[in-house]
Amino acid sequence: MIKYIDEYRDKELVLKIAAEIRRISSRPLRFMEVCGGHTMAIQKFGIPSLLPETIELLSGPGCPVCVTDRKFIDTAIAFSRLEDVIITTYGDLIRVPGSSSTLDEEKGKGRKIRIVYSVLDALEIARENPDSKVIFLGVGFETTTPSSAAGITNATRMGLNNFYLYSSHKVMPPAMTALIDEGVKIDGYIAPGHVSTITGTKIYDDIPEKYGLGCVISGFEPLDLMQSILMLTRQKEREEPKVEIQYKRAVMQEGNIKAQKLVEDVFEPCDDWWRGLGVLPGSGLNLRQEYENMDAAKAIAVEVENTREDRGCICGEILKGLKTPSDCKLFGKACMPGDPVGACMVSNEGACAAWYRYKGT
Amino acid sequence: MGKEERIRLGHGSGGKLTHELIDNLFVKYFSNPELDRQTDAALLRLPKKQLAFTTDAFVVDPIFFPGGDIGKLAVCGTVNDVAVSGANPLYLSAAFIIEEGFPLKDLEDIVKSMASEARSAGVSIVTGDTKVVNKGHCDKVFITTTGIGSLPEEHLHISEGMNTVVGDKIIINGSIGDHGMAIMSARNELKLNAPLLSDCASLNGLISRITSVSSNIRFMRDATRGGLATVVTELCQGKDFGVSVSEENLLVNEGVRGMCELLGFDPMYVANEGKLVLVAASEDADNILKAMHDHEHGKDARIIGEIVAEHPGKAWLNTAVGGNRIIDMLAGEQLPRIC
Repeated sequence: MIKYIDEYRDKELVLKIAAEIRRISSRPLRFMEVCGGHTMAIQKFGIPSLLPETIELLSGPGCPVCVTDRKFIDTAIAFSRLEDVIITTYGDLIRVPGSSSTLDEEKGKGRKIRIVYSVLDALEIARENPDSKVIFLGVGFETTTPSSAAGITNATRMGLNNFYLYSSHKVMPPAMTALIDEGVKIDGYIAPGHVSTITGTKIYDDIPEKYGLGCVISGFEPLDLMQSILMLTRQKEREEPKVEIQYKRAVMQEGNIKAQKLVEDVFEPCDDWWRGLGVLPGSGLNLRQEYENMDAAKAIAVEVENTREDRGCICGEILKGLKTPSDCKLFGKACMPGDPVGACMVSNEGACAAWYRYKGT
Repeated sequence: MGKEERIRLGHGSGGKLTHELIDNLFVKYFSNPELDRQTDAALLRLPKKQLAFTTDAFVVDPIFFPGGDIGKLAVCGTVNDVAVSGANPLYLSAAFIIEEGFPLKDLEDIVKSMASEARSAGVSIVTGDTKVVNKGHCDKVFITTTGIGSLPEEHLHISEGMNTVVGDKIIINGSIGDHGMAIMSARNELKLNAPLLSDCASLNGLISRITSVSSNIRFMRDATRGGLATVVTELCQGKDFGVSVSEENLLVNEGVRGMCELLGFDPMYVANEGKLVLVAASEDADNILKAMHDHEHGKDARIIGEIVAEHPGKAWLNTAVGGNRIIDMLAGEQLPRIC
């Protein structure tokens, strides 16, 4: 494995690609990434410092935790306050601010909130606690949705009647087109690497066809990112927008058919609210009617406080790539990794968290 | 050891059982003139007017890990805190809080380990305490130490790095990330081809070697929790100079690198327990490295960066792929209870 990584971190090759980008880049271009893993990798390896001034990298809504709206957290907290409920969740959701609390704070007060690494752990907890309602908080894009779908089908197979999913799963392409529709100036997308292993390339076809923008599906090593940026620059210089796979060792054109089918069997698209972007039609995923009894939102009655937004927080504009973290009045002062206000700072993959860590304040 | 196989509440009561434990375990293994007197407080004669005085608590989980144990860690950690101030570590205290039911054999192994490490570091454990708490009220055993060393006048500036100037070199004695990843893999019982070993070690011997070949040591620190990154950011914080670190010069063992990649850790932020970071005048760097290479804890010593005039107050990394980015302080938790 180490040798596999080393090759994609070869300094000489990286600098060669940097030189080539510099050579062909003739005008200002802005490329946006929409994947939390890319946000971090770009900052960690110092990619912006390798690019000519003509090329600017923007961080878009690639962090599923960051785009999860406050109401979802408030509702999860409300569920956790029910006597017979155990909340199971991925770790990075627990510090996302709700209107008046976080799951972490509630955990500290003794509510049954457990961090799990996968939905399979949640199923195990449901099996071991037949008298409790175990709710799994399903957050994530196409990468994690298949595993939530598997959670539902496994629960059915295991005959579990106390396992529920509370879904805030989303799909990526509506956000990508919404940004362009909103007038955010982008010259191409560095497309998400792991989402694409599931979906394949077809979900991006509209972007070059209808919007004339290129999409290059990128891996996460420095050489992957630099090569993707080179490919996008070439596309733009030649005015030949298309969908290309740079991450050939992991992504196939058709994607993972089995996973796609599983998701289709369990979920159906719905309109969903994205923090900073508002409602995007067909961008969310709800459980199909036949799984209604496992849908926490439908099966478990709960009273949720009114959602309260924070003043001064510009996460929405940062997610759209309109502003940078340093434009935010709260950045590095009232809003810091240890004490976040907005979701962009909470998640390790959030634009503000990455900026804080690798650029400073 | 007698018929007792486990620690009982009686061992902490101050009565017969306590005395037996002290005599047959602690004094037996730690034995030195001050401790043997078994006075309430150790009576010490100190050579210099300045002292370096430190305290530490050890709650590492698991208590036995590849490359060490909580006892060895307690001695090394305390010795190192004193030694990196430029002081010569002399005396340690060790207070034990033990959970009822803790196996005596394990306690004996820990004490033996401490005695052995203290001997090789040339320090004496001169006083201590034993408390036993009800089952469930502490996790197996916690150890709190203090350490005292004599601090020569000419080393007073070292702790705060007051004499640091642009052009000084930053040196480390070896690989980074070993301790934190060893603990991580021990906790998760990950079966690896080559187990990751903690780098737990007392550094006072190495430091004496260094200070004997250079009188231009500006700053020293051991890179424990928060890793190398925390040391270099603290070094220049609020100062009128910056730090530049070269990622290519950092040594990360293959197993550590693999685990870090797998789990998403940055080795620069992972804890060490036997790593010395020092800043020295550049003209002394060669001699210092030569002296370090001759010592068992300095074989992989190398220059990893330097003090620069640019970006005062901030530490920057030249990445291995030719880019650069800021090194920031660790925000939030990494791994709990690693020391």
